[in-house]
Amino acid sequence: MNIGIDHQMSDLDQLESKSIYILREAFHSFEKLGLLWSLGKDSNVMIWLCRKAFFGYIPFPCVHVDTGKKFKEMYDFRDKYSKEWNLKMITGNCPPVEEMDASFPPAARSAARKTAGLKALVEREGFTGLIAGIRRDEEGTRSKERVFSPRGKTGRWNSSDQPPEFWDQFNSDFPPGCHVRIHPLLHWTEKDIWRYTLREKIPVIPLYFSKGGKRYRSLGDEDITSPVKSNAKTIPEIIKELETTRVAERSGRAMDHEGEDVFERLRAEGYM
Amino acid sequence: MREKLNIVIVGHVDHGKSTLVGRLFHDTNSLPEGKFEAIKVMCEKRGMPFEWAFLMDALQAERDQGITIDTCQIWFHSKKRDYVIIDAPGHKEFLKNMVTGAAASEAALLVIDADEGMQEQSRRHGYLLHLLGIRQVAVVVNKMDKVKFSEKRFNKVKTDCVAYLESIGITASEIIPVSARDGDNIVKRSAKMRWYQGPMVVEALDGFQVPVPAADQPLRFPVQDVYKFDDRRIIVGRIEAGTLKVGDELIFSPSNKKARVKSIEAWSVSEQPSEAHVGQSIGITLDEQLFIERGHIASNGDAPPIETDVFRARIFWLGKKPLKEGNEYKLKLGPMECRVRVQSVESEISTQDLKSSKSEAIERHNVGEVIFRTPKIIALDEFVNNPRTGRFVLVDGYEIAGGGIISMEGYADQRDLITQQSTNITKVKHGIRALDREMRNNHLGGVLWFTGLSGAGKSTLAVEVERQLYKKGYQAYVLDGDNIRQGLNANLGFSPEDRAENIRRVGEVAALFSRSGVIAITAFISPYRSDRERARRAAIGYFHEIFIKADLEICEKRDPKGLYKKARTGEIKEFTGISAPYEAPETPELVIDTTDSTVQECVNKILDYVVENLGARAVREKRVRVEGAE
Repeated sequence: MNIGIDHQMSDLDQLESKSIYILREAFHSFEKLGLLWSLGKDSNVMIWLCRKAFFGYIPFPCVHVDTGKKFKEMYDFRDKYSKEWNLKMITGNCPPVEEMDASFPPAARSAARKTAGLKALVEREGFTGLIAGIRRDEEGTRSKERVFSPRGKTGRWNSSDQPPEFWDQFNSDFPPGCHVRIHPLLHWTEKDIWRYTLREKIPVIPLYFSKGGKRYRSLGDEDITSPVKSNAKTIPEIIKELETTRVAERSGRAMDHEGEDVFERLRAEGYM
Repeated sequence: MREKLNIVIVGHVDHGKSTLVGRLFHDTNSLPEGKFEAIKVMCEKRGMPFEWAFLMDALQAERDQGITIDTCQIWFHSKKRDYVIIDAPGHKEFLKNMVTGAAASEAALLVIDADEGMQEQSRRHGYLLHLLGIRQVAVVVNKMDKVKFSEKRFNKVKTDCVAYLESIGITASEIIPVSARDGDNIVKRSAKMRWYQGPMVVEALDGFQVPVPAADQPLRFPVQDVYKFDDRRIIVGRIEAGTLKVGDELIFSPSNKKARVKSIEAWSVSEQPSEAHVGQSIGITLDEQLFIERGHIASNGDAPPIETDVFRARIFWLGKKPLKEGNEYKLKLGPMECRVRVQSVESEISTQDLKSSKSEAIERHNVGEVIFRTPKIIALDEFVNNPRTGRFVLVDGYEIAGGGIISMEGYADQRDLITQQSTNITKVKHGIRALDREMRNNHLGGVLWFTGLSGAGKSTLAVEVERQLYKKGYQAYVLDGDNIRQGLNANLGFSPEDRAENIRRVGEVAALFSRSGVIAITAFISPYRSDRERARRAAIGYFHEIFIKADLEICEKRDPKGLYKKARTGEIKEFTGISAPYEAPETPELVIDTTDSTVQECVNKILDYVVENLGARAVREKRVRVEGAE
């Protein structure tokens, strides 16, 4: 016997339920937990899911690693909603680009500042678990991620020897000194994020909407992020665009395209 | 609403899994812009021909070594529905990553090289699909170009493959000859294999069903956490089976406490829900403040989960160190966590020829049948009845080292044994101390619990010990299996539950005898540790476990009641030692090996033990202990 159509969960309900399960596992498993809030569409969905998981509360701090080079709209958004959503904020600054590994190409070297800022903040706050809003469909190495992804003492991701993870049993045992990245949105797609944002009426930064024939699909530092051609001015138009486009989501993120393995190197060092 | 299905691609290393996926994407125009060109550049840089696998092999190490290391997921859609395609590595070394990928899927494509046929990992992956509960499988016979598109060769591979899959309970929905490199039979019908009339790969995908959870399953709501962010005490978790409604009475296993659902809590909804269904992550409040812990399973009272401290499981092992008898691990079953010990390894199963062999360990990447024991009673289900609460993982140190599916074959649900049915019971205190009775008898009361295989000599020794003790002036009485089953336990049969109940009653009666100052001698096979431990708890301070030991061959040769003969022919089912387990005591008070000893020698040993531990001197010592303390 199959359940009646009334009880059949929609695909968005299924995605939501799985993410809530992951967030609750994370809250149970880690004493010092933080949520990385990049202010983008994905991490806003994540905050929304947290409020659902914890009945309106967010029982851990939201972390913003500030490169100091974000768009003005992003800072405005942060200041407005951190108050409105009653978030406990922790911010961290990033060291200057001159201190970064000079073997990286320019944009990646600039992006590496965020990794360094995050590392310093993890050390300062003693985080054992960090929730990050990455998705498998964004980029190749992210598609190989685990939901609970261990990082060694130096924050490194050992991509060629990851622990097994199945049946929603997440690794919650780690040697001292490690921290764990938790990825509650790993199974979502870009289109899922927009459909959910629409359904739940979650606020987003206006940079995602078309202005003068261009819009941002992914937001980062102002100097290394560029818009894509688009006429989508509303969320339903964005969803429609995603149904036909073959342009990659992160095509406007310069550090992804400076060389075959640059982004993988960034991620191995601790980039999200 | 468009359907979504998760598909895993499995098979032996180099049989062309990643190539198949690359081709599938290309032929359906699903590749992102510029991806084809980017792969071309990567290949040219390495001075190699175009390699489809680079679409999935996102790690530098994978491209440099030409192998898939870790599982990868990409999105794809046909006209019918959306797919998540999960590419799993075929190299034995990365089996943990194959399991990670396959466990997330609802159907599978098993890729086999037409030239090489079924290889080691083809079989192992097939077997693991079966263990992971994936029943929808289609077989893709790849590299048909290597065998000149021969129908004869295809049929040979097909026959081998079907025979293997059928023997592990998998019926392949389709078997498709393809050449993934050139796109034959992927999306377009191949002109080189006109003899093949079946579906293309993409049609085979569309032929799979999206599994729908059944609503008529009994409720399973494992508790994930209890939140107190405000004045509400919210119990959260995900419904793994069935339906939950406001007003329902829930029983929480294994504490067996009951309460009603007062509300289903939710944030940012116009109306609080009145019911919730399988798959939903929810929070509820109860009408009573019960102490509830993470890992308890809420259900309805009429169909609760099994409660036990011992169970059987078929496991796959991924740990670096082998799983061995006596080893301890952390068990994770849903949100429940506890220590678990490997009581015995029943067999190791070869995934190559499916033969089981007796073994004391399960090596990395192998499969086997294991009996586990937990230090306390836990709640679980059999995998066949409820997969979500019938499977578990084992953690060794810091890593998940294996997974298993549960069967209770030969073991009892202990729920009824630990549940007190009546309420309003007040214990009456005796006016005479146990010590007073013992001082009058000049010996202590006690339970001499004989355990051992049928034919080991339990009844013979029990009757003789009783006679000798009587002659010495001891109050002793034998409780024998067959006698008790004619009276007190006449309503019990030989199912695992009835056997457990039989022993529970004997344990309680023996405990009463011992408190009345008598020495009760019980002669029951009592093969399960859980049952004997319960009897020990019933007669705490009075219990003496005596292991009547003899080899199975000796017992079978003696066969005083002709039972072994009947068990061997199958006339008696689940006979201890033959077709049901015997769990030998770990730390018995006394071991009597009857293999090479006469009855009199054995009786003397037991009598010595009784005189020393229950005799006149023991009474004097107990008096000092009790009255000194008073």
